[in-house]
Amino acid sequence: MQPKTLYEKLFDSHVVREEAGTYLIYIDRHLVHEVTSPQAFDGLKMNHRPVWRSKSILAVPDHNVPTTDRSFGISDPISKIQVETLDDNCKHFGITQFAMNDIRQGIVHVIGPEQGSTLPGMTIVCGDSHTSTHGAFGALAIGIGTSEVEHVLATQCLILKKFKTMKVSVDGKLNKGITAKDIALTLIGRIGTAGGTGYAIELSGESIRSLSMEGRMTLCNMAIEAGARAGMIAADDVTISYIENKPFSPKGEELEKAKVYWKTLHSDQDARFDKTIVLNGHDILPQVTWGTSPEMVVNIDGMTPDPKKENDPSKRKSIEDALSYMGLESNFPINKINVDKIFIGSCTNSRIEDLREAAHVLKGKKIAKNIKLALVVPGSGLVKLQAENEGLDKIFIEAGFEWRSPGCSMCLAMNADRLSPGERCASTSNRNFEGRQGQGGRTHLVSPSMAAAASVYGHFVDIRTLN
Amino acid sequence: MKPFITHTGIVAPLDRANVDTDAIIPKQFLKLIKKTGFGPHLFDEWRYLDHGEPGMDLTRRKKNPDFVLNLPQYEKASILIARENFGCGSSREHAPWAIEDYGFKVILAPSFADIFFSNCFKNGLLPIVMPSQIIDDIFAAIKLNTPYTLTIDLENQHVILPSQEKINFEVDAFRKHCLINGLDDIGLTMQHSECIKQFEKNYYEINSWLL
Ligand code: SF4
Repeated sequence: MQPKTLYEKLFDSHVVREEAGTYLIYIDRHLVHEVTSPQAFDGLKMNHRPVWRSKSILAVPDHNVPTTDRSFGISDPISKIQVETLDDNCKHFGITQFAMNDIRQGIVHVIGPEQGSTLPGMTIVCGDSHTSTHGAFGALAIGIGTSEVEHVLATQCLILKKFKTMKVSVDGKLNKGITAKDIALTLIGRIGTAGGTGYAIELSGESIRSLSMEGRMTLCNMAIEAGARAGMIAADDVTISYIENKPFSPKGEELEKAKVYWKTLHSDQDARFDKTIVLNGHDILPQVTWGTSPEMVVNIDGMTPDPKKENDPSKRKSIEDALSYMGLESNFPINKINVDKIFIGSCTNSRIEDLREAAHVLKGKKIAKNIKLALVVPGSGLVKLQAENEGLDKIFIEAGFEWRSPGCSMCLAMNADRLSPGERCASTSNRNFEGRQGQGGRTHLVSPSMAAAASVYGHFVDIRTLN
Repeated sequence: MKPFITHTGIVAPLDRANVDTDAIIPKQFLKLIKKTGFGPHLFDEWRYLDHGEPGMDLTRRKKNPDFVLNLPQYEKASILIARENFGCGSSREHAPWAIEDYGFKVILAPSFADIFFSNCFKNGLLPIVMPSQIIDDIFAAIKLNTPYTLTIDLENQHVILPSQEKINFEVDAFRKHCLINGLDDIGLTMQHSECIKQFEKNYYEINSWLL
């Protein structure tokens, strides 16, 4: 048999039909949230179309929900309508939903895995680009647009072409304090935000194998920021032990049967990739973005770039624009940049391990005087509960952080959590675009421990120099 | 969807690379639950000097006089030309909705972000990838003579310059077929519903834990 990549195995096992290189791909899991679904449900109703397989769907509101006391409901009338529209649509079409006040509510990419709805071998879609997160389980997980959401609702299938395949191998061991976030940013810095365009990226190598599921999710989550449609990691024992005993995961005999299959979900030895990138885990240092694109990133001991050194005029201009938007000089040391706000959260870094990592740095410390606001927004109600059971909430609160309720929050500032113009934020989210965290806001992407360290010192510091 | 066969229109030059979906339609407008009405907020942060929110009275907002779409010569533009990696960022389909609702039919760029690219076709918008050199030439030509008009002949896959010179472009055969016939994807797929049912039968026999 021809050796196959993991991507090819996942793709081939879901082909319903093919016509001239366009495939109809069967979808196992459809995750739905309030922002990209109303128009899709609207379309179904307008055309009197039913939902093909309501059992495949899990819905949750996340982008618009307030992270402060929810007993008063949502104050923004438009956000409120979106969340209520999701409630109504789920009722109307018989879809399982974790509504706003359910303890299981959270960011869609956190709750899928947490509930065991995300399983190896699945095709998973969601009307959100960070769906790539679920690829961490050896699944083919793709972010789709609202028309596609409607298409999957109505037909259980997605129209796809084959992507090219890229293997990213991170060999060797990671240094202490280096996290999946640093790997992700290093990779994006290396290949650029368009480097993965058209590819499904498989991440492999010793450094990747050593990551927990949380770390692997962080990494696959950011694959999209490298331009890839999907990021994935082969299923192994770490994957399987994470899945066992989750509410929706298979049990007993079914689980045993599934495990046999899951163990085949890796690229075959001689499988061919269209492109291969090799990074050395040992060379990866803590990363901080300085500009307005995730590829504008440097090591913590680095400096902002000098546009004068760039020969390509369009690149030079984007460096100048980014420095000016970010309010930074060229050749300015990263560890001298002061920050105003701290955000620990988002589908990239809001899982229990991320909170543990940040709390570890904060234990017994206080946030610096220049920090106006430090937020922790757990990824789900269950992550929040778990963290409280471990006493992490106290560490955060004692340090001066606000301990919030789950949602997307300041990752994209669709609710009340946002930056004011000119404010600078150390953020564990995934995008540092202009205005992403509030108009005029300045975002530096970092790992949870780096964000925590920045909160204590008031500026970025090298996590490796702390005990 | 309205069939797209040929289109002639004025070209608006948006001289920027990496135009992301946050810039195309800022997130505060994603809260709307309909597919229409996004056009007035296309490029909201660049187009207006004040901060936009849904439901604002547009006539009272201050426009940015320097932004290309606010220049009188581009008022009726229906073709947008931009630099590489157009449409990067989130998968929000509100971006093509806003572009379409504004009145654009075609976008020309040296490259597009994947999701945005495929979302365009689903909304009757035609994104055309052209070599950077040609894009440069068109930008330069627009500077010299506005209004600058192009004709897009989808049937024959030609961009026709004012000089009548024809430049070929690539487009996926299936997407072209759908655009030309104004077909929507769901209707097309539903023609194969027996095929999907058959797939499910076999699939769940093997993968019984997914039932
Ligand atoms: S946390 Fe941020 S990136 Fe993730 S789903 Fe929410 S808005 Fe999108």
